[in-house]
Amino acid sequence: MSLLDQFLWLIFPYLMLTIFVVGHIYRYNTDQFGWSAKSSEFLEKRQLKWGSLLFHWGIIFVFFGHVAGVLVPKAFFDSIGITEEMYHFGAVWFGGAAGVMVVVGGFLLTLRRVTVKRIYKNSSKSDFIALIMLGVVVLLGFTNTVGYTASGGTFDYRENIGPWFRGILTFRPLPELMITAPLGFKLHILSGLVLFAMWPFTRLVHVWSIPLTYMKRRYVVFRKMNPRKALKGTQK
Amino acid sequence: MKIKAQFGMVMNLDKCIGCHTCSVTCNNTWTNRPGAEYMWWNNVETKPGIGYPKEWENQETHKGGWVLKNGKLELKAGGRANKLLNIFHNPNMTPIDEYYEPWTYDYEKLINSPAGEHQPVARPKSQLTGEYMDIKWGPNWEDDLAGVHETGLRDPNITKMEEQVRMEFEQTFMMYLPRICEHCINPPCVSSCPSGSIYKRDEDGIVLVDQDSCRSWRFCMTGCPYKKVYFNWKTNKAEKCTFCFPRIEAGLSTICSETCVGRIRYIGLVLYDADRVEAAASVPDDKDIYEAQLGIFLDPNDPEIIKQAKKDGISEDWIEAAQRSPIYKLAVEQKIALPLHPEYRTLPMVWYVPPLSPIMGAFEGQMDVLDPNVIFPTIDQLRIPIEYLANLLTAGDKEVIKNALKKMVAMRSYMRNVNIGKKNDPSFLKRVGLTEKTVKEMYELSAIAKYSDRYVIPPSHREQAGDMFEGQGTAGYDFQEGCSNCSCGSEKDEQYQFGEKYWSEMDGR
Repeated sequence: MSLLDQFLWLIFPYLMLTIFVVGHIYRYNTDQFGWSAKSSEFLEKRQLKWGSLLFHWGIIFVFFGHVAGVLVPKAFFDSIGITEEMYHFGAVWFGGAAGVMVVVGGFLLTLRRVTVKRIYKNSSKSDFIALIMLGVVVLLGFTNTVGYTASGGTFDYRENIGPWFRGILTFRPLPELMITAPLGFKLHILSGLVLFAMWPFTRLVHVWSIPLTYMKRRYVVFRKMNPRKALKGTQK
Repeated sequence: MKIKAQFGMVMNLDKCIGCHTCSVTCNNTWTNRPGAEYMWWNNVETKPGIGYPKEWENQETHKGGWVLKNGKLELKAGGRANKLLNIFHNPNMTPIDEYYEPWTYDYEKLINSPAGEHQPVARPKSQLTGEYMDIKWGPNWEDDLAGVHETGLRDPNITKMEEQVRMEFEQTFMMYLPRICEHCINPPCVSSCPSGSIYKRDEDGIVLVDQDSCRSWRFCMTGCPYKKVYFNWKTNKAEKCTFCFPRIEAGLSTICSETCVGRIRYIGLVLYDADRVEAAASVPDDKDIYEAQLGIFLDPNDPEIIKQAKKDGISEDWIEAAQRSPIYKLAVEQKIALPLHPEYRTLPMVWYVPPLSPIMGAFEGQMDVLDPNVIFPTIDQLRIPIEYLANLLTAGDKEVIKNALKKMVAMRSYMRNVNIGKKNDPSFLKRVGLTEKTVKEMYELSAIAKYSDRYVIPPSHREQAGDMFEGQGTAGYDFQEGCSNCSCGSEKDEQYQFGEKYWSEMDGR
């Protein structure tokens, strides 16, 4: 294994993921005010609709697709009786459909950001950087699914990329697994890691604020001037 | 019973002259920042008219407020799951064009233009794009009925009227409606916020947006039927009227009230039973909501209520303030102040005294318009249609409006008789449910309107707050850096400024 491989598949991932984790902790503690979805619907509503809906719902499917393909070991699918063909079918058709949603939605959103004056003028640098990086990662990933796997590529990422990524996450890295992966997959992973490192410093942080607690919250929220007063007797 | 205290405001529309001083001082105090230029936390609308934003009262398109679904209270725009499913694109959101596109003028042209044949002109420039623009709609576009022959018939209060209203010059009517956030007892904006960043202050009921935890989900704007939660397009956060809480906490009135030249505004406390709020907001008939809301207000002079209020943590000076509250007097005792659009089921806390207007028809100009014997039978012929006021203030119940107007006429008549030494006929007071005592109080509050009577605001008990030092400088609306030089700055500066070393340096020791 060359030094470059060592760097790309061992050092670089940890570097990027460390920035991802530490960056989030830093941003959350220092910039609550900037931590936001930065919705621009107020300025432009019509063109946002399909772009936003397709992109967001698509990317949620894509996320779960990655969980199933990368985080869940192949042995698990085998044990519940999902064969190679069945998995392949699902990955190509459902994954492909989700990919189309993300690509089309992303295209519409990019078009809107660039062509609608109001949005363009009120976009920050970080908005564009996040958009471009997201575009690179998505297009590389989509090409892998549609261009490679679906057109008869025999590479099964569940044999090496999956175990490699789980190795990184569990601190038992196996960088050598990545050496034989096709270039498209490699680029997708590397650009994805860069995206992870940028994540905490862009608007993408809104992903972690998905307000699921709203489902079981009381409608009307009261806040007390002195919250400790509510805990009568627990303090001196 | 769980007693809470709540600030409320009453605006006496009978005295509003539509000068917009309230809007201007509010804007100067709170919203003259980038991204907030288009916001008028206080605005004065000329009614009839579609208002700001356009047709805000039409909840079929704006989907604000609450509705009853199978007898249960639910947000009109949809419940919790519905919100999460629509979080990527809120189909009901009111975009900025419905308010207006904010602009400035190319003022430099006036100074920098070379000498020429014509005077230089300052052209309007959009604040959203920086480009020249044609102004087609703006704040207060319908001021004093401007253009209302086109827009007026789209006023939802007009479309709900049975009798035909014509917008011809001879038949028009108008009134002013100053509006701020209602600081509702059952606030739908608070209920719509998925992050829980809009909240009602437990101590005084003021509704605020926590700027740090707002995540730009923008459902609050849809939730509010009065369209009084705004979106700062620069910071991407929700903002709204704060009831000038820094002033209120110090016992001062809000800036809109303080600067009102007509002295139309009143601020005070009411005590209400928090356990009965949901039931009051859920009464089946829209017309009963007004009475239901009155029903949750508690008599601050009742010894039982006082006892319970103290038990629930309300301090002595606040209970005293509630007893002297002009809001309680106008809304509960005199019943001349009415809530704005009670049918939204928000239990709003900014109430309005309806305006009197001249009598239409043949008698015009020839009758003693202060004589109850003339007014009472002809109250339906006031220039501002009763039905219009009813659609605005009582969910269409004309009797309540008539009663309030009759009381106002009775008070005037009574006081004039007192002034000219004529004997008063006590029967007409009785007919509208007034006593001599309440008539005098009405007179004191509306005609004399002493500062100390209009504003009964007990200072907040900040001494009971947690760490006040930590709270310094956290009430701003800017990005964090924005406040680094207006408060004590970074932590290091603070320690330095308040440390012994700093002070000894100051006096040279």
